[in-house]
Formats: sequence, C-alpha cells, structure tokens
Amino acid sequence: MSTLEIKDLHVSIETEQGVKAILKGVSLTINTGETHAIMGPNGSGKSTLAATIAGHPRYTVDSGSITLDGEDVLQMSVDQRARAGLFLAMQYPVEIPGVTMTNFLRTAKTAIDGEAPKLRTWTKDVKAAMAKLRIEPEFAERNVNEGFSGGEKKRHEILQLELLHPKFAILDETDSGLDVDALKIVSEGVNRSIETGGLGTVLITHYTRILRYIKPDFVHVFVDGAIAEQGGPELADRLEEEGYDRYQVAETASA
Amino acid sequence: MTELTEEKTTGEVWTQGFIKGMTEEGESLSEINPESGPLGGAAAKAHSHGGDSHGGGVGVPDSSRAGRLTSYKLADFPVITGREEEWRFTPLKRMRGLDRVGVKGQELNGPAPLVEVNKPDGVTVETVGREDSRIGSAGIPEDRVAAAAWENFAEATVVTLPAEFVGNSENVTTLTLTGQGEIPAASHIVVHAKKFATGVVVLDHRGTAVLSENVEILVEDGANLTVVSIQDWNDDAVHASAQHIKVGRDAKVKHVVINLGGNLLRTTPAARYSGTGAEVEMYGLYFADAGQHLEQRLFVDHSTKNCKSRVTYKGALQGENAHAVWIGDVLIRKQAEGTDTYEMNRNLILTKGARADSVPNLEIETGMIEGAGHASATGRFDDEQLFYLQARGIDEESARRLVVRGFLNEVIQQIKVPALEERLRETVERELEATAL
Ligand SMILES: Nc1ncnc2c1ncn2[C@@H]1O[C@H](COP(=O)(O)OP(=O)(O)OP(=O)(O)O)[C@@H](O)[C@H]1O
Ligand SMILES: [Mg+2]
Repeated sequence: MSTLEIKDLHVSIETEQGVKAILKGVSLTINTGETHAIMGPNGSGKSTLAATIAGHPRYTVDSGSITLDGEDVLQMSVDQRARAGLFLAMQYPVEIPGVTMTNFLRTAKTAIDGEAPKLRTWTKDVKAAMAKLRIEPEFAERNVNEGFSGGEKKRHEILQLELLHPKFAILDETDSGLDVDALKIVSEGVNRSIETGGLGTVLITHYTRILRYIKPDFVHVFVDGAIAEQGGPELADRLEEEGYDRYQVAETASA
Repeated sequence: MTELTEEKTTGEVWTQGFIKGMTEEGESLSEINPESGPLGGAAAKAHSHGGDSHGGGVGVPDSSRAGRLTSYKLADFPVITGREEEWRFTPLKRMRGLDRVGVKGQELNGPAPLVEVNKPDGVTVETVGREDSRIGSAGIPEDRVAAAAWENFAEATVVTLPAEFVGNSENVTTLTLTGQGEIPAASHIVVHAKKFATGVVVLDHRGTAVLSENVEILVEDGANLTVVSIQDWNDDAVHASAQHIKVGRDAKVKHVVINLGGNLLRTTPAARYSGTGAEVEMYGLYFADAGQHLEQRLFVDHSTKNCKSRVTYKGALQGENAHAVWIGDVLIRKQAEGTDTYEMNRNLILTKGARADSVPNLEIETGMIEGAGHASATGRFDDEQLFYLQARGIDEESARRLVVRGFLNEVIQQIKVPALEERLRETVERELEATAL
C-alpha cells in the first residue's frame, strides 16, 4: 500500500494585485485503493490543490507538506512526481501542435517506466485501451489534444491514466462537459484502474452524477481553501440537495 | 479599400512568463511592448474577414503593394538606402555588395553556383543563354537587388516538366546548387510545369556564395507543381533570392522555403495568378542561430476570380543576435472576387538574445470574397505545454525538444516528400543538439 499525505498545506499565487493566499491549511490522506471525492464551490481552490500536488510552477507552497510514502513530494520536479506515481488529469488539457498522440504516449511511457516499451505489445495495448474508451484509431496520428472536443480531451486523459499506471490519480473535473454515454465510458476507465491497479483516486467534481459510477469512500467539502467537512458518500447527496449554503458561501453561477 | 497591417517586433519575449498564443491558432499575438498587455505580457489579436464585411475598393494608396515598381532594369530602381519599407529590416552592411551593384564600380560577375541535376526521365534540364524566350515568362524584378541579378546573369537553368508529366514524391527533380565562393554572383533558374504536369522540383543551395538569384516558376493550366527551395549554405553565405510564381487556370502550386544556413538570407517569393480557380500554398520553415539574419518576404497578388492562397511560415530562433523577419503581403484586387486567403506566421524564440519581426499585411479591395485572414504570433515556450508534458513524466529538456520539434513539424508534415521530410527532421534535430534549451 502507498500513501499520499497532505498536511496543513498553505498555497498562494502571485497576481497583478499582489500575493493571494488560496489554500489555507489543507490536510488529506489518501491510500491506494481509496477513492476520495472533493466537492466545493467555484474558486474554492480545488484545481489549485490538484496543480500543487502535480507541481505547477505558478503555485507557491508557503507551508505544510506533501509526502508520498514518506518521500517529500515538494522537493521533486514535475516530471519526478509523475515518475514517482502521481497523475493529474487536467481540467483543461493542453494542445501540443505537431506532436502526435502516438509519439507523445510512447515518450511518456518510456519516461515513466525508465525504458522503452516493447513495440509490439505496446502498440496492441494502446489500441486496446483506445477501443475501450471508444476513441477512434485515427486519433493516434492526430496532434495531442489539437482540435479535440472537450469530451475527447477528457477521454484521452483517462487513456493516459490507463496506460501509465500511476499509484495516485487526481481527476480535476474529468466529468464536466461529458454527456451521459461519455461519462459512463470514462468512469469505466477509472474503475478499471482502481480495480486492477489499486489506484488511489481524488475525484474533483461539482456533481454527484459521476459518483453514481465511481463510488467514493470519502467525500470532502472544500470551501475557501480548506476542507470544511468530510464524510461518506451520503454527504455528496446532501450537498446536491442543499448546496453549500450552510458553509456560508454564495456559490457563483458558472459551475 | 481595407488595409490591415500589424507589426510585431519581439526582442523582449524572453522576459515574459508565457504566451498563450502559441497554442491558440489565430488567437494571439505578442505585442511590441510585452510588459503592457494582459496575460502578463501576452496579448491576443487576430483577424478574419468574411466576404460580406468589407465594402468595395476606393483606389490604391501609395503604400499599397500594388504600387510597387517592377522592372528588368537596374537603373530604374533608386539606390538602396535602408530606409525603404522593403529594406528596413535588412542589415545592408552584411549584404557584401549585393545591394550596391552599379554603385562605385560594384560588379556582380562572380561564378554562378555549380548546378548538379538529378531528375526522372521525361523532365528536361537545360542551360540556356540570356536570349532564351522562356526567360521572363513568370516574373519581373521588384527590387534593385533582383534587377541587378537579372541584368547580370550569364546563363540560365531551365527545368521543364512536359505536359501531362506524372511526377510524384518519389521521382523528384533536384538541382543541387553549390556556391563557388565569395565574389558576388548572379544566377537565374526557370521551373516550368506545362499543362496538367505534376511533380516536385527541389532547389538545394549549399556551399559558400554571395549570390543574387531570380527563380521563375511557371505553372500552366491544370498543372500541380511543388517547388522546395532549401537554403543550407555555409555560415558565411549571403543570398538574395527572388522567386516569381505564376499560376494558370485551375493550377496548383506548393512553394516551400527552407532557410537554415548562411549569414544573411533574404527570400522573396511572389505569387501571381494568370487564370481563375488556381490555388497557391506557401510554406516556410526557418531556424535562425546566433548572428544569422533570415528574412522572408512574400507577396500573393490576387488579381483573378475564385483563387485560393494559404501561407504558413514557422521559425525557431536561438542564440545571440539571431534575427528572423517575416513579411506577408497579400493583396486582393477589386476584380478578384471569390478569393479565399489565409496567412499565418509563428515564431518560437528558444533563447535570450534572439529577435523576430513579423508583419502580416492584408489589402482588400473587394468585399465579394470567400474569406481573408491572417495570424501572427511570436513567443517563447508555452509553460502550460511544458507542464503538461512534464506531468506525464517527461523531463524538462526532452519536453522542450518535443515542443520545438512539434512546432516545426507542422510545416515539415506538409511537404509530403518523405525523403526530404526525413532530412529536414534530422537537420532540426542537429540544430536542437547545438544548444541547451
Ligand atoms: N493565475 C491566477 N491568477 C489569479 N487568480 C487565480 C489564478 N489561479 C487561480 N486563481 C484564483 O484562485 C482561486 C482558486 O482557483 P481554483 O482554480 O483553484 O478554483 P476551483 O475550486 O478549481 O474552481 P472551479 O470549480 O471553478 O474549477 C480563485 O479565486 C481563482 O480566481
Ligand atoms: Mg477547478
């Protein structure tokens, strides 16, 4: 079993108006095999937490710690974190012109494993993983995320999740912008990683509908840069009915 | 008359955090003063013009590309001062006399590059004298340097693809043009695709030269010609190349400029239409290293109905005083109804000290068009792209290489001559190995 431990994390960013504190003391422990849902209003800092775990240079950790089986994650570069077994499925996956999916996936796999995958089995694995996620074979020759629809981008994030076998995955609103069919397909992909790979999962979402397909063990309510409440799956249902009012925040409309 | 000119001078990009525009086609342009814009210095601007949004023309101002002097005679052009619109970016001191032919006894009589030919059966390559009737069939000089070359070349090389010749990416005609030293020289090449001919012609410039060259590219009705002009000279070379393209009815031409080696390269392709329904694709790829000046100025002159043009130039720059200039003049004349045009330039600045100037210039004299647009962006690495790749385990150095390769690959992918694509990918690889990014 592996453990990803976040302790009293304070994070800020530099803006034109000066330094802005976003995370104000987040503590969270995730073990492999567990699924944690994080829900919270817009702007509460969910993506900031995800990006900080992955090591995005824009975010400054002012205090607190992140460790993976006791190793200091904050000392690692972005790529070292990925190689240590952390995976971030992004809310807005980036387009990379001129780099084909095939080339990208092979390069990433080689980097993560420390050696090039065996060509024949690799090609087969990629094809099979694409088929399961209902991704047309043509996408292999397309440039990374270029011209992909929102839903196609999200499927490709899960494709990478399934091919790279991380220990922990943080899925930042992977469900948003998906229709019901796509949501099912993507959820099945995540569940495969949980069942066969013992993945530890952090599911950031605004909606309970994805939680019908991916069952969370824990639900955390994120408000103004900190966890305001935690509980079991039942907490998600209550949030859906009641909103975040009782945490005394007005949710902005743009979710 | 609608005129849209945007000028981007980018020496300061390096100080910026990141530029969004590198990912968003036609969305973003960096600014002359990158500190003042939103997005921490990157600004976004792009234009696209639908056929319905612009009224009819009201004459052509002096600054219009249509008004530029054309002549075969050197004496018709005033001496270059460097202040002219078309010379203002060029370091004349480094032209080694090509700009001063006819002034204070400056001559242009050095030996022309040696021509080696590799061609399929059916295609002819001849060496002809100045009086040959095919000379002048596709072009006329538009600046003093090209006129000097026109007056001074001794012999021309004429490549002919006979009518209905069936060429493809396997049976390419290659002229290897090897520079013969540092004495200023003139040369002249004619590439002629007769009716319905298809094929690929490569002009492969190498060696040491101080050369002023005219290339005429004549594409007859229904022909489909690809011309790739590679400039991979030795470090000291100076090369001015005026490439005059004339496309006939329903003909297609793909023109590719690859500027890699040389101290100063100035490539000026101009495409003109002699019939309707024709299509011009222009691609350019350049990689400027420390001290290199790579300038590409193109012109597409839409003077006939229902023609199409697409321009895509991409460049990478690295090292102290690496300088790239891209000027894209597109003119849609009053009679050119149904025109469909789009031009795009992207520059990726890899290290400090490099500078790119990018100026798209679209003149529209009729509103009855299919579409007209342009985009230009200059930036350094997009931090979001690098983060994405690194978040998948790829180390920073490899991620940067992947991004540059991908960036230039967008042009290389379009050449569609596998052997040539392979060679260019290797060249890019070598350029990338030369510096720590
Ligand atoms: N680059 C930035 N510049 C300015 N403010 C930022 C920046 N990045 C994040 N913020 C601010 O930090 C706060 C947290 O943002 P974050 O994206 O983490 O929220 P979120 O919970 O993921 O919201 P959403 O549900 O809308 O995705 C917000 O107030 C946001 O405006
Ligand atoms: Mg978010």
